[in-house]
Amino acid sequence: MPRVVAKPEVCIGCHLCEVWCVVAHSRSKNILKAFLHETPRPVPRVVVEENLPFTLPVHCRHCNEPSCVEACISGALYRDPLTGRVEHDAGRCVGCYSCVMACPYGAVVMDEVNRKVARCDLCKEMGEPACVKQCPNRALVYQDSFTS
Amino acid sequence: MERFDYLIVGNSVGAVGCLETLRSFDKSSSIAVIGEEPHHVYSRALLPYYLDQEVPVEKMLYRPVDFYDRLGVTPVLGRRAVGLDTAGHVVKLDDGRIISYGKLLLATGGRPIVPPVPGLDTEKENICNFVALQDLQRISRLLPSAGRVVVLGGGIIGLMAAEALHKKGLEVSVVELAPRVLAPVVDEFTSRLIEEAFRRSGVAIYTGTTFKEVQGGERATGVVLTDGTSLPCDLLVVAVGVVPRVDLAREAGLAVNRGILVNQQMETSAADVYACGDCAEVYDFLMGNRRVLPLWPNAYAGGRVAAYNMLGMKREYDRATSMNAMHFFDLNIITAGLNTAGEKDGFEVVSRFDAGSRSYRRFVLKDDRIYGFTLVTGIARAGIFLHLMRRGCAVTSFKEKLLEREFGYLTIPEGLRRELLSDEGVISEHAAANQ
Ligand SMILES: Cc1cc2nc3c(=O)[nH]c(=O)nc-3n(C[C@H](O)[C@H](O)[C@H](O)COP(=O)(O)OP(=O)(O)OC[C@H]3O[C@@H](n4cnc5c(N)ncnc54)[C@H](O)[C@@H]3O)c2cc1C
Ligand code: SF4
Ligand code: SF4
Repeated sequence: MPRVVAKPEVCIGCHLCEVWCVVAHSRSKNILKAFLHETPRPVPRVVVEENLPFTLPVHCRHCNEPSCVEACISGALYRDPLTGRVEHDAGRCVGCYSCVMACPYGAVVMDEVNRKVARCDLCKEMGEPACVKQCPNRALVYQDSFTS
Repeated sequence: MERFDYLIVGNSVGAVGCLETLRSFDKSSSIAVIGEEPHHVYSRALLPYYLDQEVPVEKMLYRPVDFYDRLGVTPVLGRRAVGLDTAGHVVKLDDGRIISYGKLLLATGGRPIVPPVPGLDTEKENICNFVALQDLQRISRLLPSAGRVVVLGGGIIGLMAAEALHKKGLEVSVVELAPRVLAPVVDEFTSRLIEEAFRRSGVAIYTGTTFKEVQGGERATGVVLTDGTSLPCDLLVVAVGVVPRVDLAREAGLAVNRGILVNQQMETSAADVYACGDCAEVYDFLMGNRRVLPLWPNAYAGGRVAAYNMLGMKREYDRATSMNAMHFFDLNIITAGLNTAGEKDGFEVVSRFDAGSRSYRRFVLKDDRIYGFTLVTGIARAGIFLHLMRRGCAVTSFKEKLLEREFGYLTIPEGLRRELLSDEGVISEHAAANQ
């Protein structure tokens, strides 16, 4: 199951992964338009924790038995049995935030403007996640198979 | 006689947790699900979200329309299971059909409570429960002619219904027997924040009182409270909770307390019969006892654990406890565990209220671990606390930090953090070794 793995020891806390995540999930896919003209502005789906000098990017783990899916009352969150990805259908999401309560990693991001949530979808339309591609210090790795 | 390898009674979230898990490991066995409601599987937890709309059934669906087909599950809808013979491994339906099973899951959920009050009868035209799609449809039909509504019950469902009806333009009163709203779920301070939010919006809340009688004939015209207050109404919503539906199990001779008793593998006292969700009593890892935990995640996860054991893959359900995500007006709230416990019960409580942002955090601690938490307004990343609680992590060394809004993995001491993050590979193994 694919996921983004962090190397916090080389993360410099530049937050560019957040920026490019927003762009990747914007309508325009344009960095200026996404930040200046899109309302509501998309929320970044990677959480970069900061407790300086340490920083730590956290992404959805696409868990095998996702707590978020277990808690989701609308069926918006589901795990695709074929790809192993945990998907979120924003059209069904009612913003109850049960998934925020459930995710052990704090990887579900609240989008309060839309009363919905957002979560790393691995940029499934782009092949490689934007954050991984754009990280200037290679602190993020896209691992296609992971065995825990 | 029809036969299925796996048979599920009740077509809701507990059933889905079970059959999705069964199908991830077993593509060929036959599975059927019996549901007394005629609908495709829908989410009753969505009722408050669609109270203010005439909703098409599709909006309420919990799984896509092709769900049963894709999973190769036979739905038997609009039929009630009326008999269970555990020795013969058969279930009898209300149309006389008899279905035999290899393994059976009871996921029959709960039945709404209607307190014994003179005149309180949900058969009446404008008195409704609020637990099923049919209740929503009834209320929607009554709404255009309703101006005033009384909601009995100041729990989550009653309050959510009250907010939705208020937003619909109705004049709403909530009546709660306990001295404060949500008393079994949150501490007093949180109750007050919620009551304040309702009152500020113009919803009347009567606590410490209940219905003495409901007035009117075929139509309720008003209620009189035990403290003498009279409240006229055009619509009455009864939302005081549900009791486990155990009739089928009890008549079949299964061990039943308040709910159907199950062990940690979700097995009932009868061979090959499992139970989960609102109809069962499960092991609460925090309380160390078995109790009814009528909550969505508990039904799904219970169904999943039952499925593993039905498949012969031994699994224990060891993560159940109470937990809720809720919102009322501008307040987002997440709670889990024992939140009504306080210092006088031998717990340590750390809390912080920030008047500016109106955010509140409260943690109940004992033996170096978290027993409960409530977050109001700043609820982001709440799941980290549930994780710490479920794993029984030692937190005393950073208990003050729990109260900070920016709390995250970097706030957790390094050793513990590394352990928690290596589980699902948040950080690379290289980093786990070196950081
Ligand atoms: C309005 C509302 C809002 C809620 N919101 C939340 C929330 O936000 N978060 C949360 O955690 N929980 C919430 N809950 C609780 C949650 O919905 C329940 O915990 C959950 O639905 C329980 O699932 P279940 O599978 O055990 O049973 P249920 O959902 O109760 O379903 C049981 C099904 O079995 C059928 N059935 C019963 N007996 C038979 C029989 N003999 N034959 C055939 N069919 C039978 C019933 O008709 C029913 O369809 C809410 C509940 C309500 C009513
Ligand atoms: S959101 Fe959280 S619980 Fe859900 S799959 Fe991602 S990491 Fe797992
Ligand atoms: S916020 Fe949306 S995705 Fe999360 S549990 Fe609620 S409905 Fe599901």
